[in-house]
Amino acid sequence: MPNCNLPTLYDQLGGAAAVEAAVDNFYRRVLNDDRVAGYFDGVDMDRQRVKQKAFLTMAFGGPHNYTGKDMRNGHAHLVSRGLNDSHVDAIIELLGATLRDMGVAENLIQQVAAIAESTRNDVLCR
Amino acid sequence: MPLTPVIRFGDARCELREGESVLDGLLRQGVPVAHACRAGSCGSCMLRAVEGEIPAAAQAGLKDSWKAGGYFLACICRPEGPLTVAEAGSDARVAATISSLGKLAADVLRVGLTCTAQFPYRAGQYLTLIRDSGLARSYSIASLPEEAELELHVRLIPGGRMSGWLAHEARLGDKVVLQGPSGECFYVSGREDQPVVLIGTGTGLAPLRGIVRDALRAGHRGPLRLFHGARTVDGLYLREELAALAAAHANFTYVPTVLDGDGAAGVDVGPIDRIVAGQLPGLGGWRGFVCGDPALVQNLKRKLFLSGMALNDICADAFLPAAL
Repeated sequence: MPNCNLPTLYDQLGGAAAVEAAVDNFYRRVLNDDRVAGYFDGVDMDRQRVKQKAFLTMAFGGPHNYTGKDMRNGHAHLVSRGLNDSHVDAIIELLGATLRDMGVAENLIQQVAAIAESTRNDVLCR
Repeated sequence: MPLTPVIRFGDARCELREGESVLDGLLRQGVPVAHACRAGSCGSCMLRAVEGEIPAAAQAGLKDSWKAGGYFLACICRPEGPLTVAEAGSDARVAATISSLGKLAADVLRVGLTCTAQFPYRAGQYLTLIRDSGLARSYSIASLPEEAELELHVRLIPGGRMSGWLAHEARLGDKVVLQGPSGECFYVSGREDQPVVLIGTGTGLAPLRGIVRDALRAGHRGPLRLFHGARTVDGLYLREELAALAAAHANFTYVPTVLDGDGAAGVDVGPIDRIVAGQLPGLGGWRGFVCGDPALVQNLKRKLFLSGMALNDICADAFLPAAL
């Protein structure tokens, strides 16, 4: 937590309530997008929703315990199925569309995208 | 200063320090509890309260059926009093006798059980039926808790050891053991005007029969639409009972469907997911219950979600096939 009085990105977005408000919207976009939906076939949707919330919490600048190692472990099996940069691009795009749908200001969306972007190499196990 | 609340988890006992969460207290005592965000967001640290009061804030964002089951997020739980917590799925065992046996359809048995001790359950949950031999199978409960007899619908599986025994050898008065209940597929009151869709195939009707009657008894006012699917009309059972229930309650609709058929009066023909989608194109704001064949349940859950239903409003129970 930065030691200053400015509200964090997470606070500006609305904290845990914003994550809760975003998660179904985001997950529905993912499942509706042919570029990435196939990677979510056969997964337990309730468990996936929990994972999506953990991801959104991190991307919103919130408290999290994600490490690069977690990201690698969690995606290695998908990389072996062809996960590549185009899929990360798609997820960041869908994340932006979700936030726009919620009426979030463009400069905040850019900050969220930048955090998501910072996980790219770990997600793709590079 | 108030007494510090004591948390019990299995053999572990922990006195919470001031302002400490249940998660932090348990971790401090060396109890391994999965966790990630520590902010009530990710849901990794969900536990179940067996005894004691959970603050409402510790259940924010959880499914209603999880709230009703005592589930909470340990990282944002700061209880005022003592709490006994557990991981999910610790169940009781109760002896019961078979008090009635009958056929509902060519391949569906109705098994009535009388318990020798309290077996608290919610309509729509399932239990594990255990025979003397140790043979155990899970079945959904079709009755309501206040009814004298606990009712199961058992599909007769060719070569199935439990269903074969129930169909051919079991006698009234035979003793069995019930373990459970389990499952999060049940009605939770509080949103009485919300429209509800219930979809099941085969004996997936059993929990839905319990849930519909539970909702009506609880005074649910919104529409309740029950779709029951079978391969042919012979597999549609309880039709008279459900039609009578629909006649008695203006907000309850019963839609029998078959995969193969000639469209005989009152029965829709086709895949049940397409029939539901045709009749209910948009499901934003609805609550859904889906029970039966695992592939169908997974498919329907995804379709309901993509039709706008919130994932937390979908209760699904996939009937996983056991070994014979």
